[in-house]
Amino acid sequence: MTERVHIAVGLDGAGWHPAAWREETARPTELTTPGYWRDQVRAADAAGVVFATLEDALSLGGRTYEPDAETRLDRARGRLDALLLASFLAPLTERIGLVPTLTTTHPEPFHLATGLQTLDYASRGRAGARFVAGANEQERANFGRRIGDSTGLDAIVQASTEASAEASTPLRIEQSAHWRAAFREAGDVIEAVRALADSWEDDAIVRDLATGRFLDRDRVHNVDIDGEFFSITGASIVPRSPQGQPLVTVLAHQTVPYRLAAQHADVVFVTPQDAAGLAPIVAELDAASAELRGEPERLRVFADLLVVIEPTRAAADQTWARLQERATLATDARVVVGTAGDVVDEIHALAAAGVDGVRLRPARQPADLFAIADQVLPRAAAAGILAVDNGAPTLRERLGLPRPVSRYTRQETRA
Amino acid sequence: MTRQIHLAAHFPGVNNHTVWTDPTAGSQIDFASFEHFARNAEKGLFDYLFLAEGLRLREHRGRIHDLDVIGRPNTLAILAALAAVTDHIGLVGTLSTTFNEPYELARQLATLDHLSGGRAGWNAVTSSDAFHGANFRRGGYLAHPDRYVRAEQFAEISKALWSSWRDDAIVADATSGEFLRDDAIARVQRTTRLFDIDAVFDVPASPQGRPVIVQAGDSADGRDFATAHADVIFSLHTEFEDAQQFYRDVKGRLAAHGRDEDSLKILPGASFVLGDTDAEARERSREIALAQVRPETAITYLEQIWNRDFSGYDADGPLPDVEPDTGSESAQGFANRHAAIRGRIAQLRELAAAENFSIRDLVIHLTAKHTFVGTPQHVASEIDRYVQQRATDGFTLIGHLSPHGLDEFTERVVPLLQERGSYRTSYDDGETLHDLLGLAPVTAREPVVR
Repeated sequence: MTERVHIAVGLDGAGWHPAAWREETARPTELTTPGYWRDQVRAADAAGVVFATLEDALSLGGRTYEPDAETRLDRARGRLDALLLASFLAPLTERIGLVPTLTTTHPEPFHLATGLQTLDYASRGRAGARFVAGANEQERANFGRRIGDSTGLDAIVQASTEASAEASTPLRIEQSAHWRAAFREAGDVIEAVRALADSWEDDAIVRDLATGRFLDRDRVHNVDIDGEFFSITGASIVPRSPQGQPLVTVLAHQTVPYRLAAQHADVVFVTPQDAAGLAPIVAELDAASAELRGEPERLRVFADLLVVIEPTRAAADQTWARLQERATLATDARVVVGTAGDVVDEIHALAAAGVDGVRLRPARQPADLFAIADQVLPRAAAAGILAVDNGAPTLRERLGLPRPVSRYTRQETRA
Repeated sequence: MTRQIHLAAHFPGVNNHTVWTDPTAGSQIDFASFEHFARNAEKGLFDYLFLAEGLRLREHRGRIHDLDVIGRPNTLAILAALAAVTDHIGLVGTLSTTFNEPYELARQLATLDHLSGGRAGWNAVTSSDAFHGANFRRGGYLAHPDRYVRAEQFAEISKALWSSWRDDAIVADATSGEFLRDDAIARVQRTTRLFDIDAVFDVPASPQGRPVIVQAGDSADGRDFATAHADVIFSLHTEFEDAQQFYRDVKGRLAAHGRDEDSLKILPGASFVLGDTDAEARERSREIALAQVRPETAITYLEQIWNRDFSGYDADGPLPDVEPDTGSESAQGFANRHAAIRGRIAQLRELAAAENFSIRDLVIHLTAKHTFVGTPQHVASEIDRYVQQRATDGFTLIGHLSPHGLDEFTERVVPLLQERGSYRTSYDDGETLHDLLGLAPVTAREPVVR
C-alpha cells in the first residue's frame, strides 16, 4: 500500500517560470505587497499544505542559472526579505509551516538563529528554514566587508581565483574549493543555529520569588563555537522556542549538498526526473546518512515538482507553449504540465517510490498556487495519498518529528 | 498654535525597571504579550512602538545575570509579525550599525516598510565592544573612535540603497515583456576605509521611501549624527531645564544642515506612576521602586561598580567601606579607568552621606526614579507643559509591567491629553510613520551623494 505523503509548496515572486509575470492572472506590480503573500499563503494554509518555503537571495538576480541575471530588464525583480515575510505571515495563518530561505554565507549566524527562534514564537511552533549557501560574486560585492576586517568565507572568496561566472552556472561543487568551503560554512551555520536554539533549556525561566531569581542560569549555556568560518561565544538572546529547534531544510541535487543534508538537515528537497530517478538519490542520501548523520531522526525526503496546472491538458500545453515562447525555463526540478489530476498522479508515483513528501513549485503565482490549493490537495486527499493532519500544534510534530531535547539537557542526563 | 505631543511605546526591557515579581506580570517573550502591547499602544494612538535590541545576554561578574527579566526576541522578526496585527502604529527597532551590514539591514528595513504599509523605523545605535562582538563574525573588530565613522557611512549607504530604485522602476508591461524600465536602479558604490561596496539593491522603493531614523546616543558624535541623519532623538534628558537646554542645543544645530525645527523630534525615555491622588501615586511609586530594586538588585548594582562580592552585605545598611577591585590588568587606559571608578565611588559615598541613604535607597535614587508621578491630570499637564514649552516633542514611555504596563496610560492619561487639544484623536493625520510624526515625506529621491 502506498504511504501517504505531505504536500508542501515552494513560493517565489511571480512563480518559478521567468515569463510567469506576463500572464493575465499575474499580479506583477504587487510582488512586494503584504496582500499578495497573505492571500496565497492563507489559501495554502486553508487547503492543508504542510509548509511553504519562501525563496530569497541577497542579490537582485537571485540564484537563477542566467548569467546576465543582474542586468536584464525582462525578469520579475524585487523581493522581500523571506524571514521577515514569514514572520509577517505567522499571525495571519493557523497551521501551515513557514520556511524562509536563509543565506548562510554573509549574514551573521547569530542573527539568523534569533530570527528563526522569533519566527517560531510568532507562529507558535511553525518555523523552519531552507538554508542555502550564497557565495556568488554579486552577493559578496553587495555586502562589501573590507578584507582584513573579515574572517572565514569572505577571505576565501577574495582569495579564490575562480571566475565569478562559475557561480551563475550549474557546477560540480566538489570540484570547486570555493563552493566546498561555502557548503562547509553552511553546515557550521546550521549547527550554530541548532546549538543556539538549545542554549536555553526549556525550564530556564524560573521566576522564583523565594530566591529573587528570574532565571536559573545553570540552565542557560554559552555555545562557545569556534569554527573554521566564525565563532560565537554566548547563549541565544531568545529563550527556547516552541519547537525547540526550527525545522532545518536543504535543497540538494549533487553529492556535496546531499552530504550537507544527510549530516545537518531534517528535510531534504530532491529533484528526481521521475519516480525511478528517486532510488539512486535516496541510496546516496542513505549512504551519506550512515556515514555522517548526527540527528537522531531519519532524514525526511521531499521531491520537488514544478507545476503548470490548467483544467485540461490542451489548455496546459497551450499555457506552457506561451510561457516558453516568452522565456525559456531553466530548472533543476521535474516539470509537470497538465491537469490537477496529472499532478496527483505524479505525486502518487513518488509516494509509491517512498518519498515522505512533495514540494510543489507553482510555475505561475498566484494561478498555479491557487490550483494546488483548490484542486491538487483535495484530489490527493480523495485518492488517499495525502497525509492526514494529525492536529499537532507544531510543524515538527505534524511531520512526525519529535521535539528535540536540548543538547545541554542531554549532557546533564548522561552525566 | 498648540504644539502636538508625540508618544512612543517602549516594550519593557531586560533590566530591573521591569517588575517580574508582580502577580500580574506576564511573559516577556510570548507573541501574545507583544500583540497585547502593540494593540494597546495603537488604541492609545501612539506614534510608534519601540523595541530595544539584544546582542548578548547580560552578565554579572562573568555569569549570566539572573535577577531581572532576561530573554527577548529578534527585533526585526517580531516587528514584522506585529505589522500583521496592527494597522496604524509605527514599528521602530533598535539595530546596531556595528554588528549588521548595510545591504542586509537596508533590505530588512525596506521589507518591514513594505509589510507595514509605511510604518517602519530604525533606532540606529553603535557598539564596539568585544563582549557583544564575541557573538559575531568579526568579534570586537571596530576601534572605539570608529563607531560613529561606521554609523555615519552605514546610514549614508543605507539611504543611497533605499533611494536607488526609481519610484516608477517597475513597468511590468506584459505585452512588451519589459518588467523594469531602463535605469530603474542606481548602482551604489562606496569604497571607504570601512566598506568596499558595489551594490545593486533588490527591494523596490518602499512606501515611506526610507524608514524613520531614530538616534539614541548622547555624545557629541551622537548629536552630530542625529542632526545629520535622524528624524527622532530618543534622549535621556527628562529634567525640565536640562531637557529645554538639550532641545535648544540639538535643534540649534539643524539649520546648518538645512533643516527646520520640526524635522527632528526629541522623545526622551520616561516612566510614570498614576494614582487617584498625588499621595496615592507617590505611595505607589515607592512600592514600585522597592520592587524594581530588591535587596539583591541593590547589592548587585554595587558589585558591578566595585567589582567585588558583596553577597554578605545588608542592602538596608550603609555602603561598603572597602576599596573597589580595579583589576590587575595593565591595559592602556587602565589608570584612567581606575581613577574614574574611584571618582564614581567617592560621588556615591557623598550622596549617601548627605541623604542618609542605605544601599537600597541609593540604588533606588539612581535607577528607579519615576519621571511622572501623580494623578492622570497631573501627568497629562506635565507632559503637555514639556511639549508646549519646547523641552521635548513628547516622550518614549515605558511601563514597569510586561505586557500591560502602558494600558492605564492609554485609559486614563490619553483622553486628558486629547481634551487639552495637544494629542491626536484618531490616526487620520497620516498613513505613514513619517506622517504621524509630522515629518515631511521622503518624496524626491534623496541625492545619491559621494
